[in-house]
Amino acid sequence: MDEFSLDVWPRELVSLIGPNGAGKTTVFNAITGVHPLAGGAVHFDGRAISGLPPHRVAKLGIARTFQNIRLFKGLTVLDNLRAAMHQDSDYDLLRAAVRSRTWAATEASLETHAMALLQVFGLEGRAAELAGGLPYGEQRRLEIVRALATGPRLLLLDEPAAGMNPAETQRLMELIRSLIERFSLTVLLIEHDMRLVMGVSQRVVVLNYGREIAAGTPEEIAHNPAVIEAYLGEPHH
Amino acid sequence: MTKPSPWCYYLPHLLVGVVIVVELLKVNTFLPRLLNQYFIQIIVLVALNIMLAVSLNLINGVAGQFSIGHAGFMAIGAYVAAWFSVNHGQHWLAGCSGWRLEPLVTTVYLVALMLLGGLAAALGGLLVGLPSLRLRGDYLAIATLGFGEIIRVLLLSMDSVGGATGLRGIPIYSSLFVVFGATLAAVLVLHNLANSTHGRALLAIREDETAAEALGINCAHYKTSAFVIGAFFAGVAGCLYAHYMDAIHPADFDFMKSILLVLIVVLGGGNLWGVIIAAAVMTLLPEGLRQVKDVLHLKTDPRMVIYALLLIAVMLVGRERIADAMRARVWTPFFRGFVALRNRLLGSSAARRKGGDPAD
Amino acid sequence: MLQQLVNALAQGAVYALIALGYTMVYGVLRLINFAHGEVFMVGAFVGLAALTTLGNWPLPPAALLALAILLAMLGAALLGMTIERCAYRPLRNAPRLAALITAIGVSLLLQNLGVILAGAEPRPYPAALSRDPLPWLERHAGLSVTPQQLLIVGATAVIFVLLYLIVSRTRIGKAMRAVAEDRQAAQLMGVNIDRVISFTFCLGSAIAGAGGVLYGTYCNKAEPLMGFMPGIKAFVAAVLGGIGSIPGAMLGALLMGLVETGVSSVTLHLPLLLPAPGTGSANLAAVTVMAAVSPQALCLGLLSPPATISGSTLRDAAAFAVLIAILLLRPAGLLGQSGREKV
Repeated sequence: MDEFSLDVWPRELVSLIGPNGAGKTTVFNAITGVHPLAGGAVHFDGRAISGLPPHRVAKLGIARTFQNIRLFKGLTVLDNLRAAMHQDSDYDLLRAAVRSRTWAATEASLETHAMALLQVFGLEGRAAELAGGLPYGEQRRLEIVRALATGPRLLLLDEPAAGMNPAETQRLMELIRSLIERFSLTVLLIEHDMRLVMGVSQRVVVLNYGREIAAGTPEEIAHNPAVIEAYLGEPHH
Repeated sequence: MTKPSPWCYYLPHLLVGVVIVVELLKVNTFLPRLLNQYFIQIIVLVALNIMLAVSLNLINGVAGQFSIGHAGFMAIGAYVAAWFSVNHGQHWLAGCSGWRLEPLVTTVYLVALMLLGGLAAALGGLLVGLPSLRLRGDYLAIATLGFGEIIRVLLLSMDSVGGATGLRGIPIYSSLFVVFGATLAAVLVLHNLANSTHGRALLAIREDETAAEALGINCAHYKTSAFVIGAFFAGVAGCLYAHYMDAIHPADFDFMKSILLVLIVVLGGGNLWGVIIAAAVMTLLPEGLRQVKDVLHLKTDPRMVIYALLLIAVMLVGRERIADAMRARVWTPFFRGFVALRNRLLGSSAARRKGGDPAD
Repeated sequence: MLQQLVNALAQGAVYALIALGYTMVYGVLRLINFAHGEVFMVGAFVGLAALTTLGNWPLPPAALLALAILLAMLGAALLGMTIERCAYRPLRNAPRLAALITAIGVSLLLQNLGVILAGAEPRPYPAALSRDPLPWLERHAGLSVTPQQLLIVGATAVIFVLLYLIVSRTRIGKAMRAVAEDRQAAQLMGVNIDRVISFTFCLGSAIAGAGGVLYGTYCNKAEPLMGFMPGIKAFVAAVLGGIGSIPGAMLGALLMGLVETGVSSVTLHLPLLLPAPGTGSANLAAVTVMAAVSPQALCLGLLSPPATISGSTLRDAAAFAVLIAILLLRPAGLLGQSGREKV
């Protein structure tokens, strides 16, 4: 990262694009606390969060997916979600050890909540299957569901359409649009697939070599010469 | 969903508890009359190994850490409890000998001692767990190995606990009741733990720590807790062991013991029942193998060679293939046979009502 | 003080011969080869067999020793390659824990097979060179340096130089470095991974085998469990210097030698300052006095069964303490680099 500054407003969908190695995932890592910041600050909802460890950032309401799918492949789909919902659990170790009433009630509500989420994404039939056995497209969707299960206000999606065919990408596009309404989300999206970016974003920010080279609506970006140059090299004369 | 009233909810718990206590008392009284001392000792060792193995399973199997020094925690629990008993406890309880309620008193004392040993070992678990946060994989394994060995070496050089000749004269308070009861309690608690938020967090850490962190799971906290809880139960097992044998030596808690526990957890495949069965098998096996030594006219005990070969074979063949093979060749035919038998006994109408063969 | 340095050097040299194998295998396979200490032990026994059977040949003792070392290196290399082929290669793509446990299994197997076949008692090792300290050094500098120690240090230096040349100047050395850096990329570049890994094991094991013979002649004994503690200490040395780095292994081994002689001399002075209750501590003090002064310090306790008390128990603890300290403070070791996982 060189010099970068970004403001995101509630209920916005901002896309972050740029050639490979431009530093897009680094932005995510900086926001979520995975990479320490050498300088500058991150503020969320008026509160400074730079320097917080990733799990604290997540508890504050920022969730993310990863460029290479990082599902819990040895766990079932349902367990992947329930692991994400651990903040909603009311009971402590002692109650868990004896399976108290609180434990039973909480477990039941967790399961209901998880199944409801799965239904939104059309994955409820897969609840008992191992996450590692799902087809690729469903794995990507599951990662998004899992991030949502933490009840975030800001969702960071890192190349959610990677490896998808046009039909799947279209479905993903509609899904993301509906998510913002349904869950009152703000979304920051990293993508290479321009169809998805143009179809879904309100704002696009272009990164190269760790700095912003352009920002604006999708139409403005599509015609920006600096952007074209970054992606395609020097324009032909 | 509303919670059921306390009475309705906890009545089954209570009933099961009463039944268990009664059964344990029966075992405690009658088993010694049925089997001789040798077999009883083996059964006790099986129970203790089960407790040790399920506690290690929490660290290695559920949380996915590499801990190969578990015998060190057992040693801490054993020595702390034994030292206390030898120097203080047995004098306190000396006055009770001959009472009708003596077994009750010693049992209560032993339970308190188990907590003491467990907490001491848990402290050791904290000491190991905290640095482990910075280490992954191989390095963590080596650090835990180092910890286990440091404990053993320290115990060897401490004369106040007997050094190499061991701590002797430990009063024998471990009755079958306490041993089986404690093992049962440990298995239940650890099973319940695995199916809770805590357990799922550990599983998440095992699968992918970075993703777990991103979901709000404080990996450092949970990893440490796995070590602490695992060490606690190992300490309890150590305390029970010490009060079953009248003497303990540092050599009882060496690297071989840790490796044996790791082997059991690996054979059991990280799930509770597998680990329990593996613990039983691996404790009973050496006794059976004792005969091999005589048959082959060997000067020394070939047990370790067989363990080592077993370890290598299991690793090379792969636990999944063994588990699959076992499932295909042993469990499924057994289950099918059971279902067929049940259908035959109940009559075909009952089978049709149940809706077909559930063994599909 | 200087005497301590001499002892430390000899001690460190033996550890270095074992540590090199650890570090090389970790470099190419990312595997801690627990069985390496046993390869060291087997080398010692092969050398012993060679020296006893060839003892009556009309050769000067130096040539006999050289022959024994060569045969030991050959035997150890064969053993190392066999272990790699049978136990580690099938697990090349398995999770690391499986390979680690298998390595532990092989180590236990070899130790206990050794006990069954050769008996647990230490066997006498014929001395190859004189054990008397060189007279002129003793007269002029007051140092007790035996030809044995010179041989160990000299042989280690030669081996290190040869190894460094092989790794940096030859094609196979370059291949080794490539595989250590990025196995997949090396494979894509046409490097025969199996051959490189076999060669690494061959080299590392041969060096350890030589170490076994040198150690055996130095301490006059060999037993099946002799590889366990030196193996662990050499491993700590490799980690200390940065596992995967060859100069690191040498540096780490030298430091381990210093630490051990340091611990011995500290425990030498300690009993004089503090009261020593109980017989155990008195024994400890007496033995450590001997341990610190004599050049045979290396051998004390390393060959005795772990359960007995001797001057070595605190030195063993020191080795583990160093390990834990290094893992906490600087896991990459002194000369290693820390890698960052890409998220």
